[in-house]
Amino acid sequence: MTAPNAASARSAPPNGIAPLLAVRDLVKHFPITRGVFRRRVGAVRAVDGVSLDVFPGETLALVGESGCGKTTTGRAILRLIEPSAGEIRFDGADVRALGGDALRRLRRQMQIIFQDPFSSLNPRMTVGAIVREGLTIHKLAEGEAADARVRELLDEVGLRADVASRYPHEFSGGQRQRIGIARALAVEPRFIVCDEPVSALDVSVQAQVINLLEDLQREHGLAYLFIAHDLSVVEHIADRVAVMYLGHIVELADADELYRRPIMPYTQALLSAVPVPDPTRQRHRIILSGDVPSPANPPSGCPFHPRCPHPRKDDACTRLVPPLEEKEPGHLVACIKQTPTTVSWPEQQSAGGTMQPERIIPDALG
Amino acid sequence: MTSTPAASAPLLSIRDLSTWFHTGGRSVARAVDGVSFDVMPHETVGLVGESGCGKSVTSLSILRLIERPGRIEPGSRIDFEGRDLLSLDDRAIRAIRGNRISMIFQEPMTSLNPVFTVGDQIAEVARVHSTASRREAWERAVDMLQQVGVPAPADRAREYPHQLSGGLRQRAMIAMALMMHPALLIADEPTTALDVTIQAQILELLAELQTRVGMSILLITHDLGVIAESATRVLVMYAGQIVEEAPVRTLFDAAHHPYTEGLLSAMPRLGDRRERLTVIPGTVPSPTQWPAGCRFHDRCAYAWDRCRTDAPPLYQIGAGHVSRCHLAAEPARRRAPAFAAAAPAS
Ligand SMILES: Nc1ncnc2c1ncn2[C@@H]1O[C@H](COP(=O)(O)OP(=O)(O)OP(=O)(O)O)[C@@H](O)[C@H]1O
Ligand SMILES: Nc1ncnc2c1ncn2[C@@H]1O[C@H](COP(=O)(O)OP(=O)(O)OP(=O)(O)O)[C@@H](O)[C@H]1O
Ligand code: SF4
Ligand SMILES: [Mg+2]
Ligand SMILES: [Mg+2]
Repeated sequence: MTAPNAASARSAPPNGIAPLLAVRDLVKHFPITRGVFRRRVGAVRAVDGVSLDVFPGETLALVGESGCGKTTTGRAILRLIEPSAGEIRFDGADVRALGGDALRRLRRQMQIIFQDPFSSLNPRMTVGAIVREGLTIHKLAEGEAADARVRELLDEVGLRADVASRYPHEFSGGQRQRIGIARALAVEPRFIVCDEPVSALDVSVQAQVINLLEDLQREHGLAYLFIAHDLSVVEHIADRVAVMYLGHIVELADADELYRRPIMPYTQALLSAVPVPDPTRQRHRIILSGDVPSPANPPSGCPFHPRCPHPRKDDACTRLVPPLEEKEPGHLVACIKQTPTTVSWPEQQSAGGTMQPERIIPDALG
Repeated sequence: MTSTPAASAPLLSIRDLSTWFHTGGRSVARAVDGVSFDVMPHETVGLVGESGCGKSVTSLSILRLIERPGRIEPGSRIDFEGRDLLSLDDRAIRAIRGNRISMIFQEPMTSLNPVFTVGDQIAEVARVHSTASRREAWERAVDMLQQVGVPAPADRAREYPHQLSGGLRQRAMIAMALMMHPALLIADEPTTALDVTIQAQILELLAELQTRVGMSILLITHDLGVIAESATRVLVMYAGQIVEEAPVRTLFDAAHHPYTEGLLSAMPRLGDRRERLTVIPGTVPSPTQWPAGCRFHDRCAYAWDRCRTDAPPLYQIGAGHVSRCHLAAEPARRRAPAFAAAAPAS
């Protein structure tokens, strides 16, 4: 465990509350195999050393471009896929060491809502059976009591109780997402991974689901890891935001702070690129050149360097992996050119650096 | 009805377009149900609306790409460069497709053939629509890839679609669409599958190419932010009809139709720290049974008796601004706020 990352991933807990979830140096590599013997020829480095904390009752958003490893992070935390390395602690318990019954009990506390409301519900089960399944597995209720609980849950997510006997295909996207939420809530979790819960929905329906998630959070004290690629949705719902790029967290801060003062050049570009629904505003977007590199063949050094527009970018960026370090109080950034940095200038020079670090805030964000 | 700054003649003129799906039984899906609008030379018209409102069926109708059980109903009219597209035979329409009118789709894999190299497919467009030799066509394809910002275009041209990233595939498709310098580009959700930084690159590219080539763009999207940044005029569709049309600034400053109003306020925006997002209650109705009267009435906060029985016509609101809402006739019934940040509705 690398000391600076681990310590700083906590991003200043308010008045010393312990995190509900603490993830350190999480890694997930998918092997790339070839031929009939499935010879291993490489690896997709989907998640490459992620550290983060989620505190009770808060929403930590995880944002980034398609393929950067958000879903893999969320699933690895719940052990829906087995991590390659790293540490996951939930309420103090070592999640990776658990098995059998202990893991099942833990699953009750940690739930997930999926991105795609169309494929994540079993088409052959009624809505009632889908919501009820968790109650049975975890022996929370049976018979009449279970029926009553299902009605209560459906009511809580804004569905009429009579939908229990119908099948998922009879519902719209927004309604299906509510069914998925009712299913997750059934087992009374404390933490939910929301994997792009509104990305597939229309704007008008998006708002209904977001408001619902916020209400439920308040009522039940839920903590969310809210995965999204839409920064405007995230700003609304998140307490803190982690920005991911090619398997790494490159910036992590309070939502207000991150939107007001993004420091990592990738976050700056991302924020400037969000289309603004105001035709009178002439904006200068930061237009990046090039495409997102493949995690099967990630760049050396800073993962963002091939597209980075920072005017001080130099060879040091291609050789040194920037640590996620505190550049403002509670504001963590991985960039060796944005000051201050613990990667000293002599160190950068010996890695081929020719341009002194300097804090740059592009005009586009002014 | 569709009012645009006069002066020049429209490039594309659509009147009473109805495209219905006769899916058997007695149910008919009236996906597009009496749509009229114009696209002027060199302008970008935005077409917005929720999933299923008929945007794609409208654009496919223009290119006559509707297949059974779908049918463009009698009485519909689509004029392009002075010709009636609906009366052309198959050969004549094929000569227009990919040439004078071309289209880019949300998912590039649906229009790129996986078994041919990207370069071959783009070159093929020139071979079909001009007398270019195999070699000339290939060179133009590589040049086009370069123009749309594909790095190392000569190498990329030899690759197959699956070897390219999403952003590069989208650019390859744009290159293919622009090969013949079309007068009209129909872009159906061209950036929805892409990330915002790549989306910004593509929108910038389209704007630049438009100035350079001088084409018109019909830009279909559900993202009002994209509309605000790219379009000069906006059409809002709901339940198979156009419910509002306005110059882009008017739409964002003074939307008239309650649906447009709802869309604008439901959208989360950067810099917006409202406690609750505004909600349009309910869901989009089904095209097999549009509600009587105003099709939006069961989700509308202003609806009164008249809305439930009389289908509103497109009322003229101002210059180039029309709205399919009875509030135009009875403005006193509009009382704020229309869309409360209601408790989760079912
Ligand atoms: N089972 C798998 N086998 C091999 N590679 C995988 C697997 N699952 C994911 N990947 C790869 O890992 C990388 C990260 O994928 P992931 O789904 O976590 O991204 P994401 O950030 O959730 O993207 P999106 O926004 O598209 O959902 C991608 O390159 C993806 O192709
Ligand atoms: N081949 C078909 N058969 C039956 N109905 C169809 C067919 N194609 C489209 N429809 C219906 O027509 C309506 C309009 O569809 P269309 O694809 O135009 O919507 P859209 O506005 O483009 O939506 P989206 O934003 O999801 O792309 C939908 O209700 C759809 O179900
Ligand atoms: S006509 Fe009536 S129901 Fe329809 S949008 Fe206007 S006020 Fe609402
Ligand atoms: Mg994902
Ligand atoms: Mg469509």
